[in-house]
Amino acid sequence: MDTRLIDRGQVIISYPPHIWSGFSTSKVMYIVLATLVLPGASAVYFFGLRALWMILVSTATAILIEFAIKKLRKKPFIMDGSAAITGFLFALVLPPKIPFWMVIIGAAFSIAIAKEAFGGLGFNIFNPALAGRAFLAICFPAQMTSWYLPVKWYISGNIAADALTSASPLNESYVYEGTRFALYKDLFFGNIAGSIGETSALAILLGGLILIGLRLIDWKIPVIYIGTVALGSLIFGNDVLFQVMAGGLMIGAFFMATDYVTSPVTGTGRIIFAFGAGIITLIIRNFSAMPEGVAFSILLMNAFTPLIDKYIRPKPFGFVKKDGKRKKQ
Amino acid sequence: MNIVQKKHGLFHGLKLRENKKSSSVPIKIMPSPKRVIIPMQQHLGAECEPVVNRGDIVKAGQLIGDSASFVSAKIHASIDGEVKSILRIVNPVTSGIISAVEIVSEETEGGIISASQVGEEKNQQIQQVNNQPDHQQVNQQTNQPQENQQFDHLPNQINNQTDSQSGNQSGSLSVNQENKYEDYEGKYKEYLKTVEKLEPKELIEKIKEAGIVGLGGATFPTHVKLSVPKDKIVDTVILNGCECEPYITADHRLMIEYGFEVLIGAMIISKIINPVSLIIAIEENKEDAAKCLEQKIFALGLQEKFRLVLLPSKYPMGAEKTLIKNILKRKVPVGGLPFDVGVVVQNVATAKAVFDAVILNRPLIERVVTITGDIEHPLNLMVKIGTLLTDVAEYFGKIGDKKYKVIFGGPMTGYTIGNINFPLTKGTGCILLEKVSPRSESNCIRCSRCVSICPMNLEPLMYVNFVKNNKYGDCSSFYIESCIECGSCAYVCPASIPIVGYIKTGKAVLSRK
Repeated sequence: MDTRLIDRGQVIISYPPHIWSGFSTSKVMYIVLATLVLPGASAVYFFGLRALWMILVSTATAILIEFAIKKLRKKPFIMDGSAAITGFLFALVLPPKIPFWMVIIGAAFSIAIAKEAFGGLGFNIFNPALAGRAFLAICFPAQMTSWYLPVKWYISGNIAADALTSASPLNESYVYEGTRFALYKDLFFGNIAGSIGETSALAILLGGLILIGLRLIDWKIPVIYIGTVALGSLIFGNDVLFQVMAGGLMIGAFFMATDYVTSPVTGTGRIIFAFGAGIITLIIRNFSAMPEGVAFSILLMNAFTPLIDKYIRPKPFGFVKKDGKRKKQ
Repeated sequence: MNIVQKKHGLFHGLKLRENKKSSSVPIKIMPSPKRVIIPMQQHLGAECEPVVNRGDIVKAGQLIGDSASFVSAKIHASIDGEVKSILRIVNPVTSGIISAVEIVSEETEGGIISASQVGEEKNQQIQQVNNQPDHQQVNQQTNQPQENQQFDHLPNQINNQTDSQSGNQSGSLSVNQENKYEDYEGKYKEYLKTVEKLEPKELIEKIKEAGIVGLGGATFPTHVKLSVPKDKIVDTVILNGCECEPYITADHRLMIEYGFEVLIGAMIISKIINPVSLIIAIEENKEDAAKCLEQKIFALGLQEKFRLVLLPSKYPMGAEKTLIKNILKRKVPVGGLPFDVGVVVQNVATAKAVFDAVILNRPLIERVVTITGDIEHPLNLMVKIGTLLTDVAEYFGKIGDKKYKVIFGGPMTGYTIGNINFPLTKGTGCILLEKVSPRSESNCIRCSRCVSICPMNLEPLMYVNFVKNNKYGDCSSFYIESCIECGSCAYVCPASIPIVGYIKTGKAVLSRK
């Protein structure tokens, strides 16, 4: 080595550490996206090719809107997969027959308002996909609550002719014709009315377990969240298995509440977060006019996340409690 | 009797790619450079004042910097020569401006030239020795540094030794090796007896005079660390040979080649502290060093005193606090020292320096440095303190047209150097030349990987946010002072945020307030 290296600006000054794991944000995002394919596949299997189109339209809208907004804000657009996840997840929590223009509006709202208006990835307070769903639920209540029984998977295009309307399982008017065991089986595999990606507990569980196994999400959030709902249902005298598998609890607990940006960063904080979401879900399911409360419970706890992170601080290594007693003069 | 104990179980920490490329390369002695710059602060603590003036002629080992403060370490000249100037340079650790003494050896003086020639010869001998069986190789090299003509002004005792050894060396290598081996063992047993006769106070004084600091990187003055306050009881001394950072192999080679010195150094420390147990901590990836030390412990008949603990290679195992926790399950309190939990931790290289100071009356003027990274022949080099990067750079060999980082220290905690005339100090255990691969910082996604990896149980992501928004007070309420700057957080960060940089900034601003 000679001095010319430095003269030519070939020697670089930086902070330590000088090596890096190489496990980048986009890698995290693409792995999550890959696991989302599981509930995505169940959506197509039970609600036909229209579900696939919904997912594609929603994902494409999310990416395009993010690209446009980054250009408007004169910030670099990075294809890190986060917009794709938002779009994909958003489609999964929509009813099967919702018009495509509503999908586009909702996905655009998720990215433009819930994410980019707050400053982009890492700065949003609310889970963008859930915020988009809440937005559509308020704007188009009728279309957002019209449910259909699953159809043959190869049916595409206009499913209205084949699909039979049905109440959501959590609705009071819902009646299941068959044995209790058959009901659990249908809930577990997903052969039941509901949002396209939330019906199959099996697919969500598989995806969630992969993420937990890869240490990409913290097991505490889904376990405490679902545990709280299960325990509460037991106290309220509801059918525990039914309450856990019906509606959006599974997808909410594994894929929505575990969103890094909108959940607390400490273990204790996450336990409080998941417990709170569980309690709110129970309250909405048992006392409100709405049959389902997962989306709003997570959104409400998202709002509490900054507060939780402010006051829940792990004690550092070797922490000693300061002696509170002071000698009075 | 089994003195090696393997620690099992789950340990918190990072599994890093080790890249210990130079672990089987014997320590080579670098010839004395013609010019050195010796900073007056190479330790944690007060800066020393130069006690020499421009134009003075100094000898290697002569005191050139001293301080009245207790928490400070004396500085010595590392080569013979003339004090050319007293400079002001930046201390890269503290970013403060400090004095430095520049010593230039005059080429007209025959002695200097011959000194460098001796260095050449030594290197050749090492090459020859490499072909010898293992234990002999070690013995041969053990003697190398003592045979050093620059020390002819030091007390007679050493001169005699060096003479007798150079006699041995210059003779044929095939002289009765068995005999020689016993001789060395006997010599070290003699040293042990010498240690027994000395009083702890004398020993500490000798260590202080030699300007020894912790050579693991923290460079805390050793005499301060060994002066246990009267109200504290220390029951354990841990000799730290973990060397948990990737690339570095200086301590590894030191344990293999200078095992006796390290052990006697440890006995000196043990004589000062008088602990119940004396533990040598080594990571599993250096099992050969552990075996080497075990053999030497038995050779010296010290098996009753020492215990060797093998720990899994998980970063940051060698950090003082994590090491104490992993071996003894004791936690050093925040703001406290290992004294507070009855422990003193010393690096193996420090123990060797203690040996040199007490037995050979040699101050700390050289150390083993690993030269490694993206270079052709990584190696371990015995380098004089104050040697300039430009002189060491010849060992880098050919390097391409890419962008590089020159790092003093390991890849996790070392600092980059942009000045080719920058000197090596007592704390430099490694010089790493690394090709730079561009990566850019993106937004924090709050994944909390940094939170779960932090060995000090902190929330590193918070400091980034606070420092960016000038909220330094909040850093303090999230316990930023507890951070040991190990770099684990930034290593795992998917957004590639230089978290340690933000933490250093936060700490610096807070300390100014």
